[in-house]
Amino acid sequence: MPYKLLKFGLGREFNESRYFEDVQTPKKTYDVVIIGGGGHGLAAAYYLAKEHGITNVAVLEKGYIGGGNTGRNTTIVRSNYLTPEGVEFYDASVKLFEGLSEELDLNMFYSTRGHYTLAHTESSMRTMRWRAEVNKHVGVDSTVVGREEIAKACPQIDIDCSGHAPIKGALYHNPGSVARHDAVAWGYARGAARLGVDIIQMTEVHDIDVRNGNVHGVQTSKGYISTGKVLSAVAGFTPRITNMVDIQTPITIHPLQACVTEPMKPWLDTIIVSGSLHVYVSQSSRGELVMGSSLDPYELHSTRSSFDFVEGLTSHIVDMFPFLSNVKVVRQWAGMADLTPDFAPIMGKTEIDGFYLDAGWGTWGFKATPISGKTMAATIANDKAHELIHSFRLSRFEDYELTGEKGAASVGH
Amino acid sequence: MKLLKCPINGTRPISEFIYGGTYREMPEHETVTDSEWASYVHYRDNAPGLKKEWWYHGPSGTWFIAERNTLTDEVKDTYLLNKLVGQESVK
Repeated sequence: MPYKLLKFGLGREFNESRYFEDVQTPKKTYDVVIIGGGGHGLAAAYYLAKEHGITNVAVLEKGYIGGGNTGRNTTIVRSNYLTPEGVEFYDASVKLFEGLSEELDLNMFYSTRGHYTLAHTESSMRTMRWRAEVNKHVGVDSTVVGREEIAKACPQIDIDCSGHAPIKGALYHNPGSVARHDAVAWGYARGAARLGVDIIQMTEVHDIDVRNGNVHGVQTSKGYISTGKVLSAVAGFTPRITNMVDIQTPITIHPLQACVTEPMKPWLDTIIVSGSLHVYVSQSSRGELVMGSSLDPYELHSTRSSFDFVEGLTSHIVDMFPFLSNVKVVRQWAGMADLTPDFAPIMGKTEIDGFYLDAGWGTWGFKATPISGKTMAATIANDKAHELIHSFRLSRFEDYELTGEKGAASVGH
Repeated sequence: MKLLKCPINGTRPISEFIYGGTYREMPEHETVTDSEWASYVHYRDNAPGLKKEWWYHGPSGTWFIAERNTLTDEVKDTYLLNKLVGQESVK
């Protein structure tokens, strides 16, 4: 590899091949059409081709790949959830993430930092103890730590948060990591394309052709494509897709905003989350602080960001890290989060044969990218929900079997 | 949206208001089927568009209806509930 790099550096032509062929025109027929070229859709395509031998697959993306929530999250990967089914699912995802650079032959900059969820009240300490016990039971490395351990691991933190929200302790999750989110989309896209999947960008789905409860094809901005199986993996656009097939879901769309500061020397080597102060922060490998907060307070199908968000977020960040008061925020953005009432995703089959849903990813989608791709691919290939996602089926709402994951949402929503 | 018009108190900063979700009619709970009730409890008309929504003005304790476009965040009208329930068809 160093020799290749040297040759590349000294060469006059930088002809690194494209990641995937830019397919302009879709074929007339595919075995599976995936709507949405984000991490989830591309991962599903990759695992369909690799593990199930289904390569006649199209991924339709109305913008460019990874341009939606895959490229808008704060890149945190963790599995310290509250329900056993949630912990098992996200733990499987963390394990796939750990081997993803090798799997896809692309550096994901996967960096295990350790993840502190701070508790400022007795009641949140109780939730932390609960989560730690559930995690340990399922075999996930989470423990409750006290003030001294937090102060030692992150000496820059004002442990009393300027006096009004003293930190009592934290849930420490050793495998907590960050990764380069764009590379996840690119890696899966390249991997899928090498196995024969068509990735078709700038192509919007206008309608889904359903006859007698069966999917027959999709109408797109590049014409009609006939297919028996459609996967919707479109996050914030899910209601527009489910409307096409007359499926009702409990999803509501709220913007979720994030921002980065100017780059600075490395000082924060862990991931810090505070539910009470509604912030999560990590330092990127470029030196920027990547920061996020809770959802916008009302439904909106838009990626606009707001001054209110930066104002609220930074005031809480300065409570925790007073020395950051002179640091500048250089960029902010928003994604459309598709929230569910129980803070768990909606995955699997639907009442329409051949229409599969991978949605309800709210504020927790990026960390689930590999496992959602793998389980959705298995679900599509076998036409039967993978056992890891059985609890996330759409019909759980009608059955009143909600998942109850809200206690593990990164910040209070 | 930075300002919202309360039907009682006039135009006020958005920080004084709380969003209360989409306005929906409750089915008759004595006669409704289980699946209709589940649908009322969980499912939403969640595609973007002009929606009737509950909003609450905190300082004055006023609940009212806002007609808001959830795609563009433009508020078309705000009024008290009695204007709405006086109407024939409510969706």
